Amino acid sequence: MNPVRKRRLIITLLILGAVAVAAGLSVFALQKNMTYLYSPTEVDADKAPEGHPFRLGGIVKEGSVHRVPGTLTTDFVITDRFQSIPVTYTGILPDLFRVGQSTITTGSMKDGKFIAKQVLAKHDATYMPPQVAQAIAKAKEEHRIPPNAGHGGSQ
Amino acid sequence: MNPELGQVALILALLLSGLQCVLPIIGAWHGSRPLMATARSLAIGQFVFVALAFGILMWSFWINDFSVAYVAQNSNLSLPWFYKLSAVWGAHEGSLLLWMLILNLWTVALVVLGGKLPEAFFSRVIGVLGFVAFGFLLYMITTSNPFLRLFPVPPNGADLNPVLQDPGLVFHPPTLYMGYVGFSVAFAFAIASLLGGELKSTWVRWARPWTNIAWGFLTLGIVAGSAWAYYELGWGGWWFWDPVENASFMPWLIGAALIHAQAITDKRDGLRAWTLLLSIFGFAFSLLGTFLVRSGLLTSVHAFAFAPARGLFILVYLAVVVGGSLLLYALRAPKVTGGKSFALASRETLMVIGNLMLTVACAMVLLGTLYPLVGEALNIGRISVGPPYFGPLFLLLMTPLVLALPFGPLSRWGKADLKVWRNALIRIVALAVVAGIIAFIVGAHGWYQLLGVTAATWVMAGVALFAIKRWREAPRGKRYPFEMLGMMLAHFGIGVFIAGAILTRSMSVEQDVSMRPGASVDVGAYDFHFNGVTETQGPNYRAQQGTVVITRNGKQIVTLHPQKRTYSGGQVQTEAAIEAGVFRDLYVSLGDAIGDGAWSLRVYDKPFVRWIWGGGVFMMLGGFVVVLDKRFRLKRAVEPETVRVKPVPESPRKLAEGEA
Repeated sequence: MNPVRKRRLIITLLILGAVAVAAGLSVFALQKNMTYLYSPTEVDADKAPEGHPFRLGGIVKEGSVHRVPGTLTTDFVITDRFQSIPVTYTGILPDLFRVGQSTITTGSMKDGKFIAKQVLAKHDATYMPPQVAQAIAKAKEEHRIPPNAGHGGSQ
Repeated sequence: MNPELGQVALILALLLSGLQCVLPIIGAWHGSRPLMATARSLAIGQFVFVALAFGILMWSFWINDFSVAYVAQNSNLSLPWFYKLSAVWGAHEGSLLLWMLILNLWTVALVVLGGKLPEAFFSRVIGVLGFVAFGFLLYMITTSNPFLRLFPVPPNGADLNPVLQDPGLVFHPPTLYMGYVGFSVAFAFAIASLLGGELKSTWVRWARPWTNIAWGFLTLGIVAGSAWAYYELGWGGWWFWDPVENASFMPWLIGAALIHAQAITDKRDGLRAWTLLLSIFGFAFSLLGTFLVRSGLLTSVHAFAFAPARGLFILVYLAVVVGGSLLLYALRAPKVTGGKSFALASRETLMVIGNLMLTVACAMVLLGTLYPLVGEALNIGRISVGPPYFGPLFLLLMTPLVLALPFGPLSRWGKADLKVWRNALIRIVALAVVAGIIAFIVGAHGWYQLLGVTAATWVMAGVALFAIKRWREAPRGKRYPFEMLGMMLAHFGIGVFIAGAILTRSMSVEQDVSMRPGASVDVGAYDFHFNGVTETQGPNYRAQQGTVVITRNGKQIVTLHPQKRTYSGGQVQTEAAIEAGVFRDLYVSLGDAIGDGAWSLRVYDKPFVRWIWGGGVFMMLGGFVVVLDKRFRLKRAVEPETVRVKPVPESPRKLAEGEA
């Protein structure tokens, strides 16, 4: 083999090796670190993994927000207007967290309650994250309700 | 001034950009001077009209013309004047107009400064930029017109999104766009080379300053965005691996790789194919960034209202630009590539390793960012990929780069002296170990802290050794040309950044607490004393303002006033109060009243957090300083007129003869 070819071969092998290692690691890391988003209906149907963290998306139910006085713990209910899941969160809630507002919480189920580690409500009042809108649309579909009925829907 | 005039100006700019895309390229193809000569006037004409449209939109904001829908949605009578002006790029339509204006600024700069480039090549470059402009102007006019009128005219506007009412907004989008759009120049150079079927290393040399400036601006834009998120989003993080952050980070990674690849092609005439490919991908990722931010497909801080037509247009545009470029590359690259070879142990090899790591990191970020979309398309479920994926993988990929970094500048082109590497290795290891021991004595006992100190020293020691080497070996006055100075600044910045990122992470004390007025809490070595909350009034908001007195060993350090603002539109926005310092930030942000007179507060002690952005600023300076190098001054004599466009195989034989 002449030196040019040898060098090219080495470089090609290096690149292929790096790509293979990177792809393997990435897929491995992706598998381990993906979190799925479920609507309350799906959680109610036991589609969410028990004891494994996932994201719960929906609307903060009216009249459901209660603070435990003097502590950072807040209890509220997340609903997709068909099913509701009680949520408890300890920490400071984001500015846009409000009743009737769509939100995504990350955490896991424990004794029928969702223990949230993170609460996201980052958007303006009329905006609903596409994922939540879809989850709600899907819940409507499963309940055989025309898409325009009920609450919510995407902007 | 009449907003419809702005609309007309945009349409005229669109027509000019269409001509700018077609005429100079045909001219270059047929060797027709009159056609090639149109490049300059068309580019300048387009700039004039886009600038006019931008000025009119700005004027509409200035005079509170709420009959313009965009102004009504993003401004308000009581909005301070500087936010009124920066609100121009506060939402979708205006930020696209800014994108266009900046593209025109780059093109005009090229017209003014690039006059000494060979005419055919220059015409192609301007033509390619015309194509880019045409796509964006068409997009604006068809889907995102900023001059739409609103009837009936509202008495007052809806106000600018409060998150955006911050000095950060004034700088973040323009600098970011300067970077994004700046990569279009390298892209245009690459496509022009492929179109012409010829690549000279001198042309790559002319492209280099543009890439460096673009990358410098992109760095600044990312730093500004990160700092803005840190104090504006209220939870004190500086990087979230949010899709939109990733969107700006991917072109940055490719840009860093491209800077080095271009240097190799310029100086050693090697890696031509790779440089061309990176030039294409750098701009492709800039477009993808715009697409990700603007389509609303991904859940993110920046994802605003979802408009399928907009997303589809950019997707098609992206497919045309990237697909077309890659097709051209596949057809033409064998013709223009080649170049000198180098030994396995050489500066080139080290730079290639760095390039590989940067591009693989970019691919990793791309995979994680788009995976949720893929998952949705394949109906796997609604997935999100977060920091646990990006963080460790990025660290893993950057480790070889950081390890190799000090040796690159110290080794020779072509074939490195292994003895030099060994000596450098001994010194760098010694310095890193000494720094680690000093850090341990000073009080850094966690392994993560020690890692931060040694890794940062590793990089900085490389820079120091290089500086000493140049001092010894080069004659006075030629020791540190700007090109090297820029490299040293940027590499030093990486060291500063590593120290900041790792030390902040390992040393920060973060607490969410509930406090009654008069209560205190200890955070690290500091005592935070809460004095209650009062009401205040701003120009377009009212605020609840907390008072927190911070003491250390009984000595008062500062009094902070975090605010919770309620804007006239009803939006609530937390304003963190920060005592900034070179070695540590003290951070207080106000939560909610949680009953019994108590408030929730977020209190942080964040050591070295400024070093993260400081490192970024050094990198940016590096990018800018390189451009001052004498190497990049254009000489007319470099390219004699006899070097003509080589006839491309597809072109008719007659034309080829007529040209000769």
